[in-house]
Amino acid sequence: MTTPVKPGLVHPGREAVTRRGWLVAHKWLLLRRLSQGAILLLFLLGPWFGVWIIKGNLASSLLLDTVPLTDPYLLLQSIAAGHAPYKTALIGAGIVLAFYLLVGGRLFCAWVCPMNLVTDAAALLRRRLGLKGGRVPPAETRYWLLALTFVAALVTGSLAWEWVNPVSMLQRGLIFGFGLTWGIVLAIFLYDLLVAPRGWCGHLCPMGAFYALLGRLTPIRVAAERRESCNDCMDCFTVCPEPQVIRPALKGSGSRAIAHGDCTRCGRCVDVCGQNVFNFSLSINRRSVS
Amino acid sequence: MSNADTRGQTAPSSEARRRFLNGIAGAAGGACLLALGAGLYARQAAALPAEALRPPGALAEADFLAACIRCGLCVRDCPYNTLKLASPGDAVVGGTPYFTARTVPCEMCEDIPCVKACPTNALDHQLTDINKSKMGLAALVDHETCLNFLGLRCDVCYRVCPVIDKAITLEKQHNPRSDRHAMLLPTVHSEHCTGCGKCEKSCVLPIPAIKVLPTRLAQGKLPDHYRKGWEEKEKHGGSLIGEQVRMPVRGLEDAPPAASGSPASGSAGINSGWKP
Ligand code: SF4
Ligand code: SF4
Ligand code: SF4
Ligand code: SF4
Repeated sequence: MTTPVKPGLVHPGREAVTRRGWLVAHKWLLLRRLSQGAILLLFLLGPWFGVWIIKGNLASSLLLDTVPLTDPYLLLQSIAAGHAPYKTALIGAGIVLAFYLLVGGRLFCAWVCPMNLVTDAAALLRRRLGLKGGRVPPAETRYWLLALTFVAALVTGSLAWEWVNPVSMLQRGLIFGFGLTWGIVLAIFLYDLLVAPRGWCGHLCPMGAFYALLGRLTPIRVAAERRESCNDCMDCFTVCPEPQVIRPALKGSGSRAIAHGDCTRCGRCVDVCGQNVFNFSLSINRRSVS
Repeated sequence: MSNADTRGQTAPSSEARRRFLNGIAGAAGGACLLALGAGLYARQAAALPAEALRPPGALAEADFLAACIRCGLCVRDCPYNTLKLASPGDAVVGGTPYFTARTVPCEMCEDIPCVKACPTNALDHQLTDINKSKMGLAALVDHETCLNFLGLRCDVCYRVCPVIDKAITLEKQHNPRSDRHAMLLPTVHSEHCTGCGKCEKSCVLPIPAIKVLPTRLAQGKLPDHYRKGWEEKEKHGGSLIGEQVRMPVRGLEDAPPAASGSPASGSAGINSGWKP
C-alpha cells in the first residue's frame, strides 16, 4: 500500500484526452450511458406520460404493442423450474437470443443493464481513491453460479434465483418502484468498491455469465487493429471491466479481434487509448476464439 | 486480474492443478451458500399473505412461482390499476403481481386484459370467461358486526357483487331479537364467487365484515365419506332406510309448545332451521 500509485491508474486516458479531445476520448462511454438511459426512459414513458413505446420490463416486454421481447435467461430458469413455456415468451426469447448472438452477448451488460452504472461507479471511485488489492473470487465463479441458478430452479420448482437476483431487482425497481431495492444495490456497490474490484460483474453475476456464453461467436468485436503502436501505458487494462480479454488480441500474434465471450463491447479501451490502437470491427474470423 | 496474470507463467503442473481445484472448491462453496440462501428465502417468501390475491387466471401458487417471470405486463394492462408488482420489502414475492381487495378490487373486465398480456401463461390463457375466474373466495367472517346480521338492511356487498344472486344471495331468517322482523343474511356461494373483492371493498364498516381470502383459507372441506341424507334420498327417489317407527320421547310426550320470542327455545337455537 505504500508504493506510489502510477498516475495512469488513477486517471487512465489522459493522453487520449489531450490528443483527441475530451468528447472523442469519451465517445463510447457517452453513447453507452445514452443507451442505458434511453432504454430506461422508454420503459418509463408509459407510466409517466402515457406514451407506450415499450411496456413491461427487461424480463419481458412488448414493443410497440406487437413485438414480444423476453429475457432468454429467465425463460430458461422458468423451464428448469418445470413450467412449459408459452408461445409469446418463446418468440420473445428467440428474438432477444438472435439479437445478442449477433451483436455480442455481453453487449447487454455494457449497453443495457442498469447495474453497470453501479459497478462502473464503484470501479471509478476505487481508481480515484487509489484503493488497491482486495479479494476477488475466481473468475469462473459466475459460471458455477449460472449452473447453480438452474439447479436451484429445478430443485425448488420456482425461480429461486429471481428472489435475490440484484440485476432483476434493480431494473424492475427503476421501472416499477424501488421498495428496499436500494439496500441490495448499495451492497453490490460497496462489495465492488471495498472488497473485490470488479467483483460483481466480472466474477459473480450469473446473468453476465449467461450472456458471455452467447457472445463467443459474435462478428461485432473490438479489435487491436494498430497494436504495433501500443506504448504499454496500460490504460486499457486499467479501464477494462474484463482485462483478461485484451492480452491475446493486443500482445499475441494471432487475430487482432478480441474474441473472448467476456468482452462487454463497452468500447472503453477504444476511448482511452492515446495511440488509437483499438476500434470496433466486423470480423467473422473464429480461429482466435478462446 | 491477478489470477489471470500469473496463470500464464510456467508453474509446475501440480501447482496449477492445486490452484485450479482450490478455485473450484471456493467457487462451489460460495455458490452453494448463495443457492442455499436463495432457497431458504424462497421457501419463506412462498407463503402468500392472506390479503394478497393473485390476478385472474393465475396458476396454483407453486406453479405460478415457476411460471411468472416478473415482467409486470399484466400490471401495465390492468385498466383499473388493480394489480401491483410486489417490490422487495413487500410480503409478496418480489416482482410478482397481486392485488388487495380492500384497496382496489378487480373489476372483472370482460376481455381480461391482464391475462391476455401475460407472455408466460402464468395467467392461464384458457380463462376466457371472467366469471369462471377464482382469485379467492369471499367469506362473511364477522357475524357480530355485519349490519345485516344485526337486523339492518345494508345489503351493500350483495348489491355490488358482479355475480349478484349467484355468488352472494340474501338468505331470509327470522329475527329472534325483535321477533317481528327478518334478517337477510349475505351468503357466499363458492361455486360462483370469483374472488374479485368488490364486496370487501364496499363493505360500509370501517373494517369489513366480509373478506376475500385465498380459497385455501376461506373454504372448508367435508370428509370424503360424508353423505348428505337429503341428497341421497333425492337421488334414490325415497328414503334409503324405509319407514321409521316413531318412538315417543320420554317425558316430552305432552310438552307445551315452546314459548316464542326467547332465542333459547322454539324458533331459534339449534332446531330453528337457520342456515346461512
Ligand atoms: S455482469 Fe450482470 S450486473 Fe454486470 S452488467 Fe452484466 S448482467 Fe449486468
Ligand atoms: S380483470 Fe381487469 S380489473 Fe381485474 S385484474 Fe384483470 S385487468 Fe385488472
Ligand atoms: S404478465 Fe404474467 S409473467 Fe408477467 S408479471 Fe404478470 S403474471 Fe407474471
Ligand atoms: S368476491 Fe364478493 S363481489 Fe366478488 S364475486 Fe365474490 S361475492 Fe361477489
